[in-house]
Formats: sequence, C-alpha cells, structure tokens
Amino acid sequence: MSEMIATRDAYGKTLLELGRENPRVVVLDADLSGSTKTAVFGKEFPERFFNAGIAEANMVGMAAGLAAGGMIPFASTFAVFAAGRAFEQIRQSLAYPRMNVKIVATHGGITVGEDGGSHQSVEDLAIMRALPNMTVLCPADGPETEAAVRAAAAYQGPVFIRLGRSKVPVVFTEGCDFTIGRGATLRQGSDLTFITTGLMTAQALEAAAILAEENISARVVHLGSIKPLDVDLVLQAARETGAIVTAEEHSVIGGLGGAVCETLCESCPVPVERVGLRDVFGQSGLAEELLAHYGLTPAHLVEAAERVLRRK
Amino acid sequence: MLKEETVRALEQTARQLRVEILKMLNTAKSGHTGGSLSAIDVLTVLYFHQMRHDPSNPKWEDRDRFVLSKGHAAPALYACLAEAGYFSRDDLKTLRRFGSHLQGHPDMNKTPGVEVCTGSLGQGLSQAVGLAIASKLAGRSARIYSLLGDGEVQEGQIWEAAMAAAHYKLDNLCVVLDHNGLQIDGEVEKVMNVAPLGPKFLAFNWHVFEVDGHDIQAICQSLENAGEIKGQPTLIIARTVKGKGVPFFEHKASYHGVPPSDDELSRALEHLGHS
Repeated sequence: MSEMIATRDAYGKTLLELGRENPRVVVLDADLSGSTKTAVFGKEFPERFFNAGIAEANMVGMAAGLAAGGMIPFASTFAVFAAGRAFEQIRQSLAYPRMNVKIVATHGGITVGEDGGSHQSVEDLAIMRALPNMTVLCPADGPETEAAVRAAAAYQGPVFIRLGRSKVPVVFTEGCDFTIGRGATLRQGSDLTFITTGLMTAQALEAAAILAEENISARVVHLGSIKPLDVDLVLQAARETGAIVTAEEHSVIGGLGGAVCETLCESCPVPVERVGLRDVFGQSGLAEELLAHYGLTPAHLVEAAERVLRRK
Repeated sequence: MLKEETVRALEQTARQLRVEILKMLNTAKSGHTGGSLSAIDVLTVLYFHQMRHDPSNPKWEDRDRFVLSKGHAAPALYACLAEAGYFSRDDLKTLRRFGSHLQGHPDMNKTPGVEVCTGSLGQGLSQAVGLAIASKLAGRSARIYSLLGDGEVQEGQIWEAAMAAAHYKLDNLCVVLDHNGLQIDGEVEKVMNVAPLGPKFLAFNWHVFEVDGHDIQAICQSLENAGEIKGQPTLIIARTVKGKGVPFFEHKASYHGVPPSDDELSRALEHLGHS
C-alpha cells in the first residue's frame, strides 16, 4: 500500500515554502482557509494573507489587482465556488487580461464526500478549459501537486489548479518535475492506453496491474496538465496502442475525456471509452462509496478497457 | 483653494476633451456618450491636476493609478490619455475599429496608460482594492483612484469590495461615484433604486464626501481632502448630469449608448464653442 497524502496538504506546505522564498507571493481565501490549507501560509505571513470573507467574486478581483500591482497571488476556495461563483471574475479580471493569478481550487470532484452534490464540482475543468489564456492543471498526488504549484508560481499568467479533499495514493516521487503542457507515461503498454488525471491515475495503475494478469498490456498516461494538453503524448498513445480509455473525477463532458476526444477525432481517430460522471451531479456519502457508485474504481476501468478492446 | 487661472485652465481642458469625446464617438459610430460626458470633469481633474503619473513612463512603479470601473466611459479615459501624451490624439479616430489599440472597453494589454481591463460592471472596484493593498505591501505612497457608475453599484460585487476596502483600512483608495441618475433602461431610481448612497457607504465604514461633479474647484478640493483621511477608504459622490455640456444630450438615458450623428456633432461643437 503506497503512502496517502491529500493534495490540499501538499499545496499548503508548498505555499509556505514559496512564501519564504519570494516576498511577492500573497495568498487570498474566502473563509475556507482551514480546509484549503492556505491557513498554513496565513499563520506565518499574516501581512501577506487576505481573507476576503465569503465573497469569492471580490476575492478574484482583489487577486487581479494585487497581480496588477506586482504581486503573485494565490487565491483559494472550493472548486465549485471558484469555477462557478467567481466564473465571470476569472474570465474578465484574470483570463482576458492574462493576469498573473493562480486559482487553486480544492475539494474538486465527488470525493468531497459527505457535503453532497452541492459541494462536489463535476464541471470545473470544462468551464476553465473553455477560457482562452487559461492554464488548467489537475495533479495526481502530493508530490506532483508540489511540483505543479511551483510550476504555476514560475509561470507568468493565470492558472487554475484543481486539488482534492481526500487522501490519495502517492504515484510520483518526491521532487518530481512538472512541466505545464506535458504529461507522463507511468506504465508502458501496447494493447490500450489509460489517459487519466487527478486521483484517477492511481486507479488506472491498479487497473493496469489487474489487466496484466489477463495478459492485456495497458499503458498509463497521466495528464496533470489538462490545458495545454500534451497532444504529442496523446497521439503517440493512440497510434501505438490503438485504443484509449480516459478517466477523470469529473463529468465526461468537456474535461479530460472531452479534450482527448477533440484531439483524437481530428488527428488520429481510435476507439475511446470515457470514464467519469455521466452528466450527473454527485450526492452525500463516503468518498469510496461515491467512487464505486459513479463507476470510478479500478474494476470499472478494467471493464472500460475490455469494452474498448472489443471495438478495436 | 486652487488659483482661479488653474481652475479656468482645467475647465478649458475639460471642454476640449468633450470635443474629443464627441468626435471620436461620431467617427466610431458606436459607444457611450452620456456617461463619458458626465465623467469627464472628474477625469480631467484626476489626470491633469491630482494624480502623479508620467505619460513617458506608463509603468513607473510609484505612479498613482486609476481604474475606470464603469468601463463603458472608455472614450473619456482615452481622451485624457491622449491629451496627457500616452499616445497620439490621431489614434482617437480608431476607437472601436478592427486592429485599434482603443477597444470598446479599456484593455491594459493594448492601451498605454490603462491599468486593468474593465467593462463588465462591478469588477473594477475589486481590482482597485487589490491595487491599493499591493501599494501598501510594497511600501509605496501611491494612491489608487477609481470611478464607479451609479447604476454599477447595483452589482453585488461592489458591496463585497466596499466591505473589503474598509476592512483592510485602505486610506490610499479614493473612489468617485459618477452619480448621473441614469442607466440604459432609465432612471436608476426606477430601474433599481440605490439611494441613499452616502449612508450605505458610511454604514460600510467609508468616509464619504458629496460634491458637484462638474465644479472643478469642488472636485479638486474633495480629492485633496480625501488624501487627509486616515484608516478608511473615501467615496466622493459626484453629482453629475448625463450628457453634460451638450444641452440636447443632458438628462437623457437614450444617449447612454448612442453616439452623436453628424448633425448632432456639429450642433454640439457649436455649443462647446468649437467650430
């Protein structure tokens, strides 16, 4: 059993390091700093931490102004409020002017759990991906989150990073690299490729191990950068394995599955199965119960692999 | 008190800028006339008297900054920026044209002197709040100015930002509210009443002044007084007239988003003593 770390904890830790390294790093939150882990930064740097209160629209606008004034703002709240409540502020005040603000949205997806469907964002990746100038990242685990947050801080322009609430298995090594626009092949395979993001990458690695016992060779490609998409890696997987299963803790509409299908249908059409929420909202329950209910377990990925192979 | 000749010179500048606004809107054949004319006296005082800025060095770190939260008054802002020397006055003819750096609403990446992108109402004030915090963090003495519309304060985000500005004691933030009483659909009072404005901002813990927004001397005085306020942001409610300076445009919501025709332009220029 690999080590388990919540990506939001890795975020809090990395923010603190960035705060120590660069006095221009400032952090905003909308009354969820204990949950998003920005409070870790706020405790050490109270003069550079700005709670906007329960006012996400203004938080994003303030972040834009801070960036225009030369700071590097990180603004956090739950994904459902960041991409939903503050959407137009992200569009007008961040994406349109290419403002150097990092939106780090925690509690993405259904593994929010008990809070229920009102708090489980299944559409944030789609919404953010549709915005010109926006970079959209969705790391798989703790170590990759640290690297992604650092890459976002070094990048000039708006970035949306989606993180989760629950602890997830570590699949990358501490100190791993992260390049915006690049994916990572975590397991080689020749019969099909799992193209995954966020916590579904760990699930795909388990599924690939199960398939290996059936003599099916499944490649696992993790895309921590949803936009820009690593088009070369996706096309290479399609050409070399001829069948794709995408998996994300998000609606099958407009997120990773959407992005991969858009790319493949233009350049290398092959059979694809999209694993994700089938155009439905979530509900209350334990994270594991919800993953099972909505078809996001290794067993479901194995079934999707068998389906896509029959279409090959 | 300003010297009489300084006031006269600013009034002359404002009159000249009204001419530029009307000409550029007539050439563009679209854009917002009424709210540009109501705001131009305040903008004239800001750009040609109050603010520390350097048109030859638009990114000067210690400059005062202006955020046009009511972004549709872009023609008023562009007229000031051209007059100040941020770009050529000839550029004003390209307003709203394909390829022009003068977009329909202010764009910081296209137009020298424009600080942030505005146009979607309610968002500029939050950015001004962020700029004011950044200025304090950097230890700069620069002040942040912003202009709001009175219809604009119907946006909930304005009140989120108003709360934050007072919470963070932003005494380097001075906001002018262009209170012309009209919005596209008619009288602000009838569309969605925002009165009483002063008491609302007072209750949000702002310092509030009220002035005649076309009285250059009074505008100068209130901006100067705002600089003395400590521990609070300042709101200056500028009582203005939509379409001010052109009698047949004044007090008319119908000229909110309509440019002057050729005939209206020549009659307007006559009124302004410009042949």
